[in-house]
Amino acid sequence: MSIQFKTIKELKNMLQKKEISNKEMVEDTFTLIESNKHLNAFVTLNKEESLKKAENFDNNPSNLALSGIPIAQKDLFCTKDLRTTCGSNMLSSFIPPYSATVIENLESAGCISIGKTNMDEFAMGSSNETSFFGNVENPWGEGLVPGGSSGGSASAVAAGIVAGATGTDTGGSIRQPASLCGITGLKPTYGRISRWGMIAFASSLDQAGPMARTAEDCALMLNEMCSHDPKDTTSLDENVPDFTQNLNSSIKGMKIGLVKEFDLSKLDNDVVKVFEESKRHYESLGAEFIEISLPNISLSVPTYYVVAPAECSSNLSRFDGVKFGRRCENPKDLEDLYVRSRSEGFGDEVKRRILIGSYVLSAGFYDAYYKKAQQVRRLIKNDFVSAFEKVDVIMSPTTRGTAFKAGSMGSDPIQMYLEDLFTIPANLAGLPAMSVPNGIVDNKPLGMQLIGNFLEESKILQVAHSFQSSTDWHLKTPNGDIS
Amino acid sequence: MTWQTVIGLEIHVQLSTKSKLFSGASTGFGAEPNTHVDLVDMGLPGVLPVPNKDAFFKAIRFGLATNAEINQVSSFDRKNYFYPDLPKGYQITQMAMPIVGKGSIKIFANGQEKIVNITRAHLEEDAGKSVHDLFEGETGIDLNRAGTPLLEIVSEPEIANAKEAVAYFKAIRQIVTFLDICDGVMAEGSMRCDVNVSMKKVDDLELGTRAEIKNINSFKFIERAIAFEIDRQTKILESGGSVVQETRLYDSVKNETRSMRSKEEANDYRYFPDPDLLPVVISDKELEEIRSSLPELPEQKEKRYISEIKLEESEAKIIASSKTMANMFEEACLKTDDSSLVARWLVGEVSALLNKDNIEIDESKLTSNNFAVLIERISDKTISGKIAKSVLEEVWESGDGVDAIIEEKGLVQIQDESLLESIAKKIVEDNPGQVNAYKGGKDRLFGFFVGQVMKETQGKANPQSVNEILKQLLK
Repeated sequence: MSIQFKTIKELKNMLQKKEISNKEMVEDTFTLIESNKHLNAFVTLNKEESLKKAENFDNNPSNLALSGIPIAQKDLFCTKDLRTTCGSNMLSSFIPPYSATVIENLESAGCISIGKTNMDEFAMGSSNETSFFGNVENPWGEGLVPGGSSGGSASAVAAGIVAGATGTDTGGSIRQPASLCGITGLKPTYGRISRWGMIAFASSLDQAGPMARTAEDCALMLNEMCSHDPKDTTSLDENVPDFTQNLNSSIKGMKIGLVKEFDLSKLDNDVVKVFEESKRHYESLGAEFIEISLPNISLSVPTYYVVAPAECSSNLSRFDGVKFGRRCENPKDLEDLYVRSRSEGFGDEVKRRILIGSYVLSAGFYDAYYKKAQQVRRLIKNDFVSAFEKVDVIMSPTTRGTAFKAGSMGSDPIQMYLEDLFTIPANLAGLPAMSVPNGIVDNKPLGMQLIGNFLEESKILQVAHSFQSSTDWHLKTPNGDIS
Repeated sequence: MTWQTVIGLEIHVQLSTKSKLFSGASTGFGAEPNTHVDLVDMGLPGVLPVPNKDAFFKAIRFGLATNAEINQVSSFDRKNYFYPDLPKGYQITQMAMPIVGKGSIKIFANGQEKIVNITRAHLEEDAGKSVHDLFEGETGIDLNRAGTPLLEIVSEPEIANAKEAVAYFKAIRQIVTFLDICDGVMAEGSMRCDVNVSMKKVDDLELGTRAEIKNINSFKFIERAIAFEIDRQTKILESGGSVVQETRLYDSVKNETRSMRSKEEANDYRYFPDPDLLPVVISDKELEEIRSSLPELPEQKEKRYISEIKLEESEAKIIASSKTMANMFEEACLKTDDSSLVARWLVGEVSALLNKDNIEIDESKLTSNNFAVLIERISDKTISGKIAKSVLEEVWESGDGVDAIIEEKGLVQIQDESLLESIAKKIVEDNPGQVNAYKGGKDRLFGFFVGQVMKETQGKANPQSVNEILKQLLK
């Protein structure tokens, strides 16, 4: 029986009923990777180690929550003894001596890390066109981008190679590719998942999360990914609930907020139609829609493009050619070593953001840019606090439209930055948010976004699951519908 | 024209925590290169800092001892610059919200007492070390020191001359060693300072342009560097020129300061709050616990020695000024009653030996026990002061017990007056010439007779008894 397009829950079942061995499951996964090579979803494979683990599970069956489930790991998480590139030439031969906490958590729950997925360089991009290892294809159509930065993970799940993958989300890097690839992806509350071992882009915004076919699978993965980690002082010391607990509760009477300031009239008619249909469906399930106002939300994108580059310009200083990562050939002095190692090691988008970040932090500009941005960020946070006094969740489109062609954004980076219009606010406010497939336009999938209150992942998962229990958008694949 | 010197000091104190400021690696000195280094110290991709609370507690001890404001909420910022021994490309420091705010410290210089105000004291991590002389044509990096906690203590620019600067540095060193927050070993870099020097006309309200002399690590060099700088700046100003704002380096071999970089070449450090670290909050309870565990400080000790133990002011000051000396004094006093004799010997003979060997008392072989026994034997007249001095020297060399040395060498003082008298008589009889001369008015010959008795008794005679007996015999 093929494992392609199966959910984690289904794979668990198959293993339990011995319809397939752990080893066969891993072998089939690598066969799928091979037959989908054109997607360029993987940077590094972990075949030998994965087969060894699978055999071990066959010989010593375990009751771990995700025992034997193949998971693809975004190449931004450090994996001990397994190359971790962050999509960059700078780290193209970097082999970490340690693993990220989230990798350890998943592996100690039985997951098999089958490989590292391609991504925008240092997670900077919304189309997976900035990776040193080449563009990732969206399985929904030739030349279509999968979104970014977790494009490799999204593409691998959308192609049915793996049931689940890890992603990270700084301004939408889980939700936007999930929307463009027709899968379900969740960014938890900032601090739910340890950042130890995640190569930092913008520390105050970065958050890891699950990418899978269904909300239920996301909940299963999230259960294992979250933990309070003393190695990360921004990790929350909060009880981690069983996120599957509430999935089947009725959403009758639930209040869903619609953001007044999100002007949908600027989107394509078809995109708006999909969104309106989902609204009607929720109403049929007993939910009530309430208009809310987030007065400062229009400042999200400019705020984000000050804060994130500022933090990245400092976080990426460690890549200097001295200790690890790429060093230029025959440096003639220290300055030459720095300049050439960094010039050769980083791509254009990364350089652009380091420049922006260095500029907004420089003496004389700090108050006007970085400090102001932090103040606006607080206002945006407060807007959400007021909104959540009135509603349970907030709903919006995840993206402005469906997947676009690679290269179609042209040379204007601002157009690309606007891709994250709907997703950035949740990062600035540190709130949990997810993308759920809710329609097909021009044979391409589309997602809607559900934003939850602080620590209320369970609630957005419940709202998403109720939708998926009564619709079939999440069952659509590039190869046709799953029966 | 008279110029007024204005000096401010930034002293970096290495805190004696077991582990580093943001990692679990050891802070021990002198290990093989790159052995006290963990993932965080290397600044590997994906690692995160976790603050060491003990460093905060030690910083707070300093704050409380200098009557400073303690900021119970303090936070960390990044100071961005590229340097090979700075693994992350930024240093984590406290810019906006330091743990210790305004305080002050009392110094003694040029025979005067003066209060120097402290602007702030903040925590930061040390960098590693670049090693230039180990590899031909290459530079090595040793990260053992990277991440070691430093307390940077910034003074107000109100130090008037080199002597005051040294006195201020000494006062800081004294307080951090008493508080047990730094070992104070300057040769190992446990304390270093940057000196800001500027000159202004006496009546000017504005400060002049300053030069910052980086990284000086001895009292002597502070004094010399400032002297050189005052001379250099005065000459510039006198000839109508103006001082350039710059960072300078003191060369102890040539005894001069040299320009390192000018203001224009200075880095823009792009400070901003470190997003990896939440503000650190010190609870009222923690603060109270630190306050109640503060040790007695030099000034308090000095007062107590004078009022309760009735020491001379000069002795009290010397003993209280050094932690190891004060410890020796207090421990010895628990074991013998004659506190003033303990003090006199500490300030006199013991200090002389310390100076000779250039060591601290806890580095010597003298224990408080042995020292107390020595004082006891002097006060119970078992040995004379002169013999005691030789016993002390013996203890200094060998570390053997005082009583054992006295016994082994037969040094017990001769108290038997009849024995002393017969020895004295014999000497008087054997030296008629000297007796006549003495009686004829050569008073200084009295010493000759005392010396002869001492020689005969190998110095063991009780000198007071000898004096009295000889006075009688030579009347």
